[in-house]
Amino acid sequence: MTLDMLVRALLGGLLVGGASVGLLLANGRIAGISGITGGLLARPDRDTPWRASFLAGLLVGGVALRWADPAAFGPSPAGSPLVVALAGLLVGFGARLGSGCTSGHGVCGISRRSARSLVATLTFMATAAATVFAMRHGWAGR
Amino acid sequence: MNRVTAFACGLVFALGLGLSGMTQPGRVIGFLDVAGNWDPTLAVVLATALALGLVATPAILRRAAPLFEERFSLPVQSAVDFPLLVGAVLFGAGWGLAGWCPGPALVSLATLSPPVLFFTGAMLLGMFAGERVRRGLVAGQDASRPGPADVDEDG
Repeated sequence: MTLDMLVRALLGGLLVGGASVGLLLANGRIAGISGITGGLLARPDRDTPWRASFLAGLLVGGVALRWADPAAFGPSPAGSPLVVALAGLLVGFGARLGSGCTSGHGVCGISRRSARSLVATLTFMATAAATVFAMRHGWAGR
Repeated sequence: MNRVTAFACGLVFALGLGLSGMTQPGRVIGFLDVAGNWDPTLAVVLATALALGLVATPAILRRAAPLFEERFSLPVQSAVDFPLLVGAVLFGAGWGLAGWCPGPALVSLATLSPPVLFFTGAMLLGMFAGERVRRGLVAGQDASRPGPADVDEDG
Protein backbone atom coordinates (compact mmCIF):
# COMPACT_ATOMS: atom_id res chain seq x y z
CA MET A 1 0.00 0.00 0.00
CA THR A 2 1.52 3.31 -1.11
CA LEU A 3 1.20 6.61 0.79
CA ASP A 4 -1.18 7.86 -1.90
CA MET A 5 -3.40 4.80 -1.42
CA LEU A 6 -3.38 5.29 2.35
CA VAL A 7 -4.37 8.96 2.08
CA ARG A 8 -7.16 8.08 -0.36
CA ALA A 9 -8.41 5.31 1.94
CA LEU A 10 -8.46 7.70 4.91
CA LEU A 11 -10.27 10.44 2.98
CA GLY A 12 -12.67 7.95 1.42
CA GLY A 13 -13.43 6.45 4.83
CA LEU A 14 -14.18 9.93 6.16
CA LEU A 15 -16.58 10.56 3.26
CA VAL A 16 -18.35 7.20 3.75
CA GLY A 17 -18.56 7.77 7.51
CA GLY A 18 -19.59 11.39 6.99
CA ALA A 19 -22.38 10.43 4.59
CA SER A 20 -23.68 7.82 7.06
CA VAL A 21 -23.53 10.18 10.02
CA GLY A 22 -25.04 12.94 7.85
CA LEU A 23 -28.06 10.83 6.88
CA LEU A 24 -28.67 10.00 10.54
CA LEU A 25 -28.39 13.65 11.62
CA ALA A 26 -30.44 15.09 8.76
CA ASN A 27 -33.06 12.38 8.15
CA GLY A 28 -32.78 10.12 11.18
CA ARG A 29 -32.13 7.17 8.87
CA ILE A 30 -29.58 4.36 8.60
CA ALA A 31 -27.44 4.59 5.46
CA GLY A 32 -27.73 0.90 4.62
CA ILE A 33 -27.36 0.46 0.87
CA SER A 34 -29.15 -2.91 0.72
CA GLY A 35 -31.99 -1.68 2.95
CA ILE A 36 -32.45 1.46 0.85
CA THR A 37 -32.25 -0.39 -2.48
CA GLY A 38 -34.32 -3.35 -1.32
CA GLY A 39 -36.95 -1.01 0.06
CA LEU A 40 -37.38 0.45 -3.41
CA LEU A 41 -38.18 -3.02 -4.80
CA ALA A 42 -41.28 -3.20 -2.60
CA ARG A 43 -44.58 -1.34 -3.02
CA PRO A 44 -44.05 2.46 -2.89
CA ASP A 45 -44.61 3.98 0.54
CA ARG A 46 -43.67 7.13 2.44
CA ASP A 47 -40.00 6.06 2.48
CA THR A 48 -39.81 5.77 -1.31
CA PRO A 49 -38.89 9.46 -2.01
CA TRP A 50 -35.87 9.70 0.29
CA ARG A 51 -34.67 6.21 -0.66
CA ALA A 52 -34.91 7.04 -4.37
CA SER A 53 -33.07 10.33 -3.73
CA PHE A 54 -30.24 8.57 -1.88
CA LEU A 55 -29.93 5.95 -4.65
CA ALA A 56 -29.94 8.71 -7.28
CA GLY A 57 -27.10 10.42 -5.41
CA LEU A 58 -25.17 7.15 -5.34
CA LEU A 59 -25.62 6.60 -9.10
CA VAL A 60 -24.82 10.23 -9.99
CA GLY A 61 -21.73 9.92 -7.78
CA GLY A 62 -20.70 6.94 -9.91
CA VAL A 63 -21.09 8.96 -13.11
CA ALA A 64 -19.06 11.82 -11.60
CA LEU A 65 -16.32 9.38 -10.58
CA ARG A 66 -16.18 7.84 -14.03
CA TRP A 67 -15.77 11.32 -15.48
CA ALA A 68 -13.17 12.52 -12.96
CA ASP A 69 -11.20 9.31 -12.38
CA PRO A 70 -12.00 6.34 -14.64
CA ALA A 71 -9.19 4.38 -12.94
CA ALA A 72 -11.32 4.31 -9.76
CA PHE A 73 -13.16 1.33 -11.23
CA GLY A 74 -11.71 -2.12 -11.64
CA PRO A 75 -12.79 -5.51 -12.96
CA SER A 76 -14.01 -8.36 -10.79
CA PRO A 77 -11.72 -11.37 -10.43
CA ALA A 78 -14.81 -13.57 -10.86
CA GLY A 79 -14.26 -14.68 -14.44
CA SER A 80 -17.34 -16.28 -15.93
CA PRO A 81 -20.71 -14.51 -16.15
CA LEU A 82 -22.23 -17.48 -14.34
CA VAL A 83 -20.02 -16.96 -11.28
CA VAL A 84 -20.69 -13.20 -11.38
CA ALA A 85 -24.45 -13.81 -11.47
CA LEU A 86 -24.26 -16.36 -8.66
CA ALA A 87 -22.25 -13.89 -6.58
CA GLY A 88 -24.84 -11.17 -7.21
CA LEU A 89 -27.69 -13.46 -6.20
CA LEU A 90 -25.90 -14.44 -2.98
CA VAL A 91 -25.03 -10.84 -2.11
CA GLY A 92 -28.58 -9.58 -2.70
CA PHE A 93 -30.35 -12.51 -1.04
CA GLY A 94 -27.97 -12.63 1.93
CA ALA A 95 -28.06 -8.88 2.52
CA ARG A 96 -31.86 -8.85 2.73
CA LEU A 97 -32.22 -12.08 4.71
CA GLY A 98 -29.51 -10.83 7.09
CA SER A 99 -31.09 -7.34 7.27
CA GLY A 100 -28.04 -5.45 6.07
CA CYS A 101 -24.69 -5.35 4.28
CA THR A 102 -21.28 -3.73 4.68
CA SER A 103 -22.79 -0.26 5.13
CA GLY A 104 -25.88 -0.98 7.26
CA HIS A 105 -24.19 -3.49 9.57
CA GLY A 106 -20.48 -2.75 9.10
CA VAL A 107 -20.55 1.05 9.33
CA CYS A 108 -23.90 2.21 10.73
CA GLY A 109 -24.71 -0.78 12.94
CA ILE A 110 -21.35 -0.97 14.68
CA SER A 111 -21.45 2.83 15.09
CA ARG A 112 -24.74 2.35 16.99
CA ARG A 113 -22.96 -0.32 19.07
CA SER A 114 -25.43 -2.96 17.85
CA ALA A 115 -24.45 -6.51 18.83
CA ARG A 116 -26.48 -7.88 15.88
CA SER A 117 -24.49 -5.78 13.44
CA LEU A 118 -21.15 -6.69 14.99
CA VAL A 119 -22.00 -10.41 14.76
CA ALA A 120 -23.25 -10.02 11.17
CA THR A 121 -20.13 -8.08 10.12
CA LEU A 122 -17.71 -10.60 11.66
CA THR A 123 -19.72 -13.44 10.09
CA PHE A 124 -19.77 -12.09 6.53
CA MET A 125 -16.12 -11.06 6.70
CA ALA A 126 -15.18 -14.56 7.84
CA THR A 127 -17.18 -16.33 5.12
CA ALA A 128 -15.92 -13.87 2.50
CA ALA A 129 -12.32 -14.54 3.54
CA ALA A 130 -13.00 -18.30 3.53
CA THR A 131 -14.48 -18.04 0.03
CA VAL A 132 -11.46 -16.13 -1.25
CA PHE A 133 -9.16 -18.68 0.37
CA ALA A 134 -11.01 -21.56 -1.31
CA MET A 135 -10.95 -19.82 -4.69
CA ARG A 136 -7.30 -18.75 -4.55
CA HIS A 137 -5.50 -21.29 -2.42
CA GLY A 138 -7.89 -24.17 -1.89
CA TRP A 139 -9.67 -26.77 -3.96
CA ALA A 140 -10.88 -24.25 -6.52
CA GLY A 141 -7.52 -22.47 -6.73
CA ARG A 142 -5.67 -22.09 -9.96
CA MET B 1 -35.59 18.93 2.27
CA ASN B 2 -35.08 15.32 3.34
CA ARG B 3 -34.77 14.38 -0.34
CA VAL B 4 -32.00 16.92 -0.90
CA THR B 5 -30.06 15.67 2.12
CA ALA B 6 -30.59 12.03 1.09
CA PHE B 7 -29.30 12.80 -2.42
CA ALA B 8 -26.26 14.62 -1.01
CA CYS B 9 -25.46 11.74 1.35
CA GLY B 10 -25.74 9.21 -1.50
CA LEU B 11 -23.43 11.33 -3.63
CA VAL B 12 -20.80 11.74 -0.90
CA PHE B 13 -21.04 8.03 -0.06
CA ALA B 14 -20.31 7.13 -3.71
CA LEU B 15 -17.36 9.53 -3.92
CA GLY B 16 -15.95 8.06 -0.70
CA LEU B 17 -16.17 4.50 -2.06
CA GLY B 18 -14.54 5.51 -5.35
CA LEU B 19 -11.80 7.65 -3.81
CA SER B 20 -10.79 4.95 -1.34
CA GLY B 21 -10.49 2.13 -3.91
CA MET B 22 -13.58 0.18 -2.84
CA THR B 23 -14.97 0.23 -6.40
CA GLN B 24 -12.03 -1.96 -7.41
CA PRO B 25 -13.02 -5.55 -6.57
CA GLY B 26 -9.37 -6.58 -6.74
CA ARG B 27 -8.56 -4.35 -3.77
CA VAL B 28 -11.50 -5.75 -1.77
CA ILE B 29 -10.45 -9.33 -2.56
CA GLY B 30 -6.92 -8.29 -1.60
CA PHE B 31 -8.23 -7.41 1.87
CA LEU B 32 -10.17 -10.68 2.16
CA ASP B 33 -7.20 -12.73 0.95
CA VAL B 34 -5.54 -13.11 4.34
CA ALA B 35 -3.28 -15.90 3.07
CA GLY B 36 -2.04 -13.92 0.07
CA ASN B 37 -0.58 -10.47 -0.55
CA TRP B 38 -2.79 -8.72 2.02
CA ASP B 39 -4.18 -5.29 1.08
CA PRO B 40 -5.22 -3.31 4.21
CA THR B 41 -7.19 -0.67 2.27
CA LEU B 42 -10.67 -1.90 3.27
CA ALA B 43 -9.62 -2.07 6.92
CA VAL B 44 -8.41 1.55 6.78
CA VAL B 45 -11.64 2.72 5.10
CA LEU B 46 -13.84 0.86 7.58
CA ALA B 47 -11.79 1.96 10.60
CA THR B 48 -11.91 5.61 9.51
CA ALA B 49 -15.66 5.51 8.85
CA LEU B 50 -16.19 3.76 12.18
CA ALA B 51 -14.02 6.22 14.10
CA LEU B 52 -16.28 9.00 12.87
CA GLY B 53 -19.46 6.96 13.32
CA LEU B 54 -18.68 5.72 16.84
CA VAL B 55 -18.02 9.26 18.04
CA ALA B 56 -20.81 11.08 16.19
CA THR B 57 -23.66 8.54 16.42
CA PRO B 58 -24.25 8.68 20.22
CA ALA B 59 -24.07 12.50 20.09
CA ILE B 60 -26.64 12.63 17.27
CA LEU B 61 -28.96 10.18 19.02
CA ARG B 62 -29.01 12.38 22.13
CA ARG B 63 -30.96 14.92 20.07
CA ALA B 64 -34.75 14.90 20.40
CA ALA B 65 -35.12 14.55 16.63
CA PRO B 66 -33.11 14.65 13.40
CA LEU B 67 -32.90 17.95 11.51
CA PHE B 68 -35.44 17.31 8.77
CA GLU B 69 -37.70 14.56 10.11
CA GLU B 70 -39.94 14.35 13.14
CA ARG B 71 -38.12 11.42 14.68
CA PHE B 72 -35.32 8.91 14.28
CA SER B 73 -36.18 5.65 12.48
CA LEU B 74 -33.88 3.06 13.98
CA PRO B 75 -33.69 -0.74 13.86
CA VAL B 76 -35.74 -2.31 16.66
CA GLN B 77 -34.33 -5.83 16.61
CA SER B 78 -31.63 -6.67 19.11
CA ALA B 79 -31.44 -10.48 19.20
CA VAL B 80 -28.94 -12.36 17.06
CA ASP B 81 -31.21 -14.72 15.15
CA PHE B 82 -31.07 -17.41 12.50
CA PRO B 83 -31.94 -15.21 9.47
CA LEU B 84 -29.21 -12.74 10.47
CA LEU B 85 -26.54 -15.44 10.60
CA VAL B 86 -27.62 -17.35 7.48
CA GLY B 87 -27.97 -14.08 5.57
CA ALA B 88 -24.50 -12.94 6.62
CA VAL B 89 -22.96 -16.29 5.59
CA LEU B 90 -24.56 -16.15 2.11
CA PHE B 91 -23.71 -12.46 1.70
CA GLY B 92 -20.08 -13.13 2.61
CA ALA B 93 -19.81 -15.99 0.11
CA GLY B 94 -21.07 -13.78 -2.72
CA TRP B 95 -18.90 -10.86 -1.64
CA GLY B 96 -15.82 -13.07 -1.62
CA LEU B 97 -16.62 -14.51 -5.06
CA ALA B 98 -16.94 -11.19 -6.90
CA GLY B 99 -15.46 -8.50 -4.64
CA TRP B 100 -18.56 -6.31 -4.99
CA CYS B 101 -21.00 -5.52 -2.20
CA PRO B 102 -24.17 -3.50 -2.89
CA GLY B 103 -22.72 0.04 -2.57
CA PRO B 104 -19.70 -0.38 -4.85
CA ALA B 105 -21.76 -2.40 -7.36
CA LEU B 106 -24.37 0.36 -7.69
CA VAL B 107 -21.69 3.07 -7.95
CA SER B 108 -19.92 0.98 -10.63
CA LEU B 109 -23.08 0.86 -12.75
CA ALA B 110 -21.74 4.10 -14.26
CA THR B 111 -19.13 2.03 -16.15
CA LEU B 112 -21.90 0.08 -17.92
CA SER B 113 -19.51 -2.88 -18.02
CA PRO B 114 -21.32 -6.21 -18.59
CA PRO B 115 -20.05 -7.91 -15.39
CA VAL B 116 -21.33 -5.03 -13.24
CA LEU B 117 -24.70 -5.07 -15.02
CA PHE B 118 -24.87 -8.85 -14.61
CA PHE B 119 -23.93 -8.69 -10.95
CA THR B 120 -26.33 -5.87 -10.10
CA GLY B 121 -29.24 -7.44 -11.96
CA ALA B 122 -28.74 -10.71 -10.09
CA MET B 123 -28.29 -8.78 -6.83
CA LEU B 124 -31.65 -7.01 -7.25
CA LEU B 125 -33.34 -10.36 -7.93
CA GLY B 126 -31.66 -11.80 -4.85
CA MET B 127 -32.73 -8.81 -2.75
CA PHE B 128 -36.32 -9.26 -3.81
CA ALA B 129 -36.27 -12.96 -2.93
CA GLY B 130 -34.29 -12.50 0.30
CA GLU B 131 -36.72 -9.88 1.54
CA ARG B 132 -39.69 -12.16 0.87
CA VAL B 133 -38.07 -15.00 2.80
CA ARG B 134 -37.13 -12.70 5.70
CA ARG B 135 -40.63 -11.23 5.93
CA GLY B 136 -42.07 -14.74 6.02
CA LEU B 137 -39.73 -15.78 8.82
CA VAL B 138 -40.27 -12.62 10.87
CA ALA B 139 -44.06 -12.81 10.50
CA GLY B 140 -44.04 -16.46 11.52
CA GLN B 141 -41.97 -15.99 14.64
CA ASP B 142 -43.33 -12.72 16.03
CA ALA B 143 -46.91 -11.47 16.01
CA SER B 144 -46.09 -8.08 17.53
CA ARG B 145 -45.29 -5.92 14.55
CA PRO B 146 -43.11 -2.84 14.98
CA GLY B 147 -44.74 0.59 14.98
CA PRO B 148 -45.07 2.54 11.75
CA ALA B 149 -41.85 4.53 12.13
CA ASP B 150 -39.69 1.72 13.46
CA VAL B 151 -37.49 -0.26 11.14
CA ASP B 152 -37.38 -4.03 11.51
CA GLU B 153 -34.11 -4.37 9.63
CA ASP B 154 -30.62 -3.06 10.31
CA GLY B 155 -29.55 -1.43 7.11
